[in-house]
Amino acid sequence: MAKKESTFLSMVATLFVVTLVAAGLLGSVFALTKEPIRLAELKKKNEAIQVVVPGFDNEPSQEVERVFMDGDSIYLYTARQGEEILGTAVETFTNNGFSGQFKLMVGFAPDGSIIDIAVIKHAETPGLGDKMEKGKSDFSVQFMGKHPDSFNIAVTKDRGDVDAITASTITSRAYCDAVTRAYGAFMKSQKEN
Amino acid sequence: MNQWKNFSKGFIKENAVFVLFLGLCPTLGVTTSAINGLGMGLATTFVLVMSNLVVSLVKNLIPDKVRIPAFIVIIATFVTVVELVMKGYVPALFDALGLFIPLIVVNCVVLGRAEAFASKNTIWSSLVDGAGMGLGFTMALTVLGAVRELLGSGAFFGMKLISGDAMLLFILPPGAFLALGYLLVLANMIKEKSS
Repeated sequence: MAKKESTFLSMVATLFVVTLVAAGLLGSVFALTKEPIRLAELKKKNEAIQVVVPGFDNEPSQEVERVFMDGDSIYLYTARQGEEILGTAVETFTNNGFSGQFKLMVGFAPDGSIIDIAVIKHAETPGLGDKMEKGKSDFSVQFMGKHPDSFNIAVTKDRGDVDAITASTITSRAYCDAVTRAYGAFMKSQKEN
Repeated sequence: MNQWKNFSKGFIKENAVFVLFLGLCPTLGVTTSAINGLGMGLATTFVLVMSNLVVSLVKNLIPDKVRIPAFIVIIATFVTVVELVMKGYVPALFDALGLFIPLIVVNCVVLGRAEAFASKNTIWSSLVDGAGMGLGFTMALTVLGAVRELLGSGAFFGMKLISGDAMLLFILPPGAFLALGYLLVLANMIKEKSS
């Protein structure tokens, strides 16, 4: 078959058909993967909530409260066991990470002390900043059980009580920033209720 | 054309990374661990095979003057398909590769093969070429990732071999250039010996 001539009409028609087919294909793949993507994200969120406020028997992802802070949304999930409130999981963020924004899930007991912290999403340097992830170093352990009123959430370089990750002060500072923001959102929602 | 030769050229003789120096941006960017290199390589291979297939199928229907935009649309479509499928079914790998998946669109290897090979050859040859080049690219990325992971964090495919920190430099961007440089020396030595 001979190659098609490059006339105005043939070029327009070709590009039209190519983009039309591409759009159709993408539309159907999007429709097919929409549900799995939503479930994968929900599962990740639920796992993070499970880590930071363990032992609940309700669906915290159904009990969402939204607090608007510093130009983005912070989500608070209430974890209950029966009627008793076990704690609140706060999905917080910081924009000061070494590679931009990252997201944490911080669990607060009803009295405001930190139960545990999990990293939801980040792009920090592997081997350095990613030590903030649980299991890669003991950095996040030092927050467990501390109350932000008595434990100054800032790295020791900034006269705080947090031992920074070696060679990752920027990440550690951003981590503290995210936790502080989570506590702010938590207190705000406590006052309102 | 000898299809075995056509397939195997992607590994040593015309390896995209070690010989043609194409697609270096994802090569340097994602190879902080072997598994990332492997994932990125396989995603690129899928896009390469599919775009080579489609481009050689429609090569006679596309007027010369609009072939590049048409190829790019075809490639971009497959990349988005990969992105959506990964997000839905392997979210952990997607998180690790993140930004680099959409960037497969502008990977020179993919457009390079579409333009230089698939638009001039039969469907079967193009398929084999895509698979060979893609797997060669995957091999290069996996090797580079494994070397950097081994030197930088003392692990192999996520298994910790030594405790504590290793030479962190190799995980950081400069380490990518260093490791690639030494691998190039090795690849050139192998090539010289075999010829």
